[in-house]
Amino acid sequence: MTAAVTFRSVSRHFGAVKAVDSVDLEIAEGEFFAMLGPSGSGKTTCLRLIAGFEQPDGGEISILGQSANGVPPWKRHVNTVFQDYALFPHMTILDNVAYGLMVRGVDKAARHRAAEEALELVKLGGYGARRTGQLSGGQRQRVALARALVNKPSVLLLDEPLGALDLKLREAMQEELKGLQKRLGITFVLVTHDQGEALSMADRVAVFNEGRIVQSGAPEDIYNRPKTRFVADFVGSSNILSPSLSESLSGDRRWTSLRPEAFTVDPGNGRLSLTGTIEASSFMGAVRRIALKVADTTIHANLPAGEPLPAEGTSLTLHFAPEALNPLEDAA
Amino acid sequence: MHSDKHNRAPFPLTLAATGGLLFLHLPLLLIFAYAFTTEDKSFQWPPPGFTTRWLAVTWARPDVWQALTLSLQVAAIATAFALILGTLCAAALSRARFFGQEAITLLVILPIALPGIVTGIALRSAFGMMNIPFSFWTIVLGHATFCIVVVYNNAVARFRRMSPSLVEASYDLGANGFQTFRHVILPNIGTALLAGGMLAFALSFDEVIVTTFTAGQQQTLPIWMLEELIRPHERPVTNVVAMAVVLVTLIPILGAYYLTRDGAETAGSGK
Repeated sequence: MTAAVTFRSVSRHFGAVKAVDSVDLEIAEGEFFAMLGPSGSGKTTCLRLIAGFEQPDGGEISILGQSANGVPPWKRHVNTVFQDYALFPHMTILDNVAYGLMVRGVDKAARHRAAEEALELVKLGGYGARRTGQLSGGQRQRVALARALVNKPSVLLLDEPLGALDLKLREAMQEELKGLQKRLGITFVLVTHDQGEALSMADRVAVFNEGRIVQSGAPEDIYNRPKTRFVADFVGSSNILSPSLSESLSGDRRWTSLRPEAFTVDPGNGRLSLTGTIEASSFMGAVRRIALKVADTTIHANLPAGEPLPAEGTSLTLHFAPEALNPLEDAA
Repeated sequence: MHSDKHNRAPFPLTLAATGGLLFLHLPLLLIFAYAFTTEDKSFQWPPPGFTTRWLAVTWARPDVWQALTLSLQVAAIATAFALILGTLCAAALSRARFFGQEAITLLVILPIALPGIVTGIALRSAFGMMNIPFSFWTIVLGHATFCIVVVYNNAVARFRRMSPSLVEASYDLGANGFQTFRHVILPNIGTALLAGGMLAFALSFDEVIVTTFTAGQQQTLPIWMLEELIRPHERPVTNVVAMAVVLVTLIPILGAYYLTRDGAETAGSGK
């Protein structure tokens, strides 16, 4: 099977800034792929390279097995949902959605029918006659989605699509996007700085930092087995144990990460332990978040809420399975 | 009805505003009045009598028609030049970021800030050095220098308000550069271009100084009027023409005002 998108040591530099620095990437057809990273990490530039708004300074990009270097955006079988939606303010919703078909010369009746179907797909049937100004943020987002999908792209690019929505709408849209992707079988490439979004929706996640992919894999692997301190901290905010602290626990002198939910108050069997002073304890709903001062490190632990705990300022011993210690590749 | 009272301006302000308006517009009314006077040698106040015969006299004068035709042609062609070049300048300078951009922006808007006499002398010596004889086209070029600025100023403001992702969205949906211009850029900057074009037309239509330096034997309407004032001959004809010029230039200026008035709700505000 040909890959939907392939990068071979692709670079894009803006002056001295290496926005994308020799990135290799392979996105399979029908996959929901997320590019996750802080702002300025190069994920958006990668998306723009796929869309054709940027051209690489080095390396090779191919889309569906064909080289895309030098191919303008309007000749690529790729569509984008923009962060600011970029709906055309001078057109009705229906004409917005039908735009891609219009410029390809599809006649009016056919393109309006297709646009109406696309609007129904995103649950906005009957909204075609309205203007963009008459829609809410969530509705505009759906129009942008319909406008891209009506062209039946091979790859759909989503640039921080949920960033401007409120929490409840964001959660609903996450499920909906995922469902839509599974139903249509189109390759989705999502750019986001929100690790929750990337982990919950994507089949595979690439974590970006400083223009490079630092780790890619299934959401579970990224979350449970981060390879570097950066990934461990950025994805799910792991505890990072210094080489000396790790050595005292497992005898292995190297940087190690440890998930906050790995801890229990119950000693169990063959479990390792950390003892420290409770610095802070906050109720988070399902869990209680504890900040435990162990020597000169602060360890965060998420414990099931409702479990009886000693007061702040007193000593507490927490236990965890030895397998929960995840050795990192950073030099000790 | 309550708010009416609160919004009313205080009496001294009303008086000052009325005074200002009268100061600006009373002379115009005088010109209108003299267009209908029976006295044709001197401007005598009050006019000894009123007649509409000067309208007919003006209508029958071939030199008026010649000057009017020339002015309309010059204004139309200078505006057309300005629309194309001004829009291209605005598109380039509002999007791209490059070294020397500020300097080029200043150079583009300089012709409207320069006194007309400087532009006029500069063009005259440039045409002289290049051995270009003064003609219809030298007038057009002279007018285009400031018409471009008017179009540029209108277009650049609209370009800056337009979200750059609109153009990218159009490309992304399969439209090439031309289709994008036709279906996305033009509808978004159209009213600004129309307004800029109308202002440019009005400016060119009543321009005197630059024209004096760049015209050969041709007489545009304002130049013709200047000559008429010096050689008194059927004086009220000049007033009739002046009245016509006021009406002809007022329409595009009002049009430009209405077109850009609600310009706030354009592209990018949907964000």
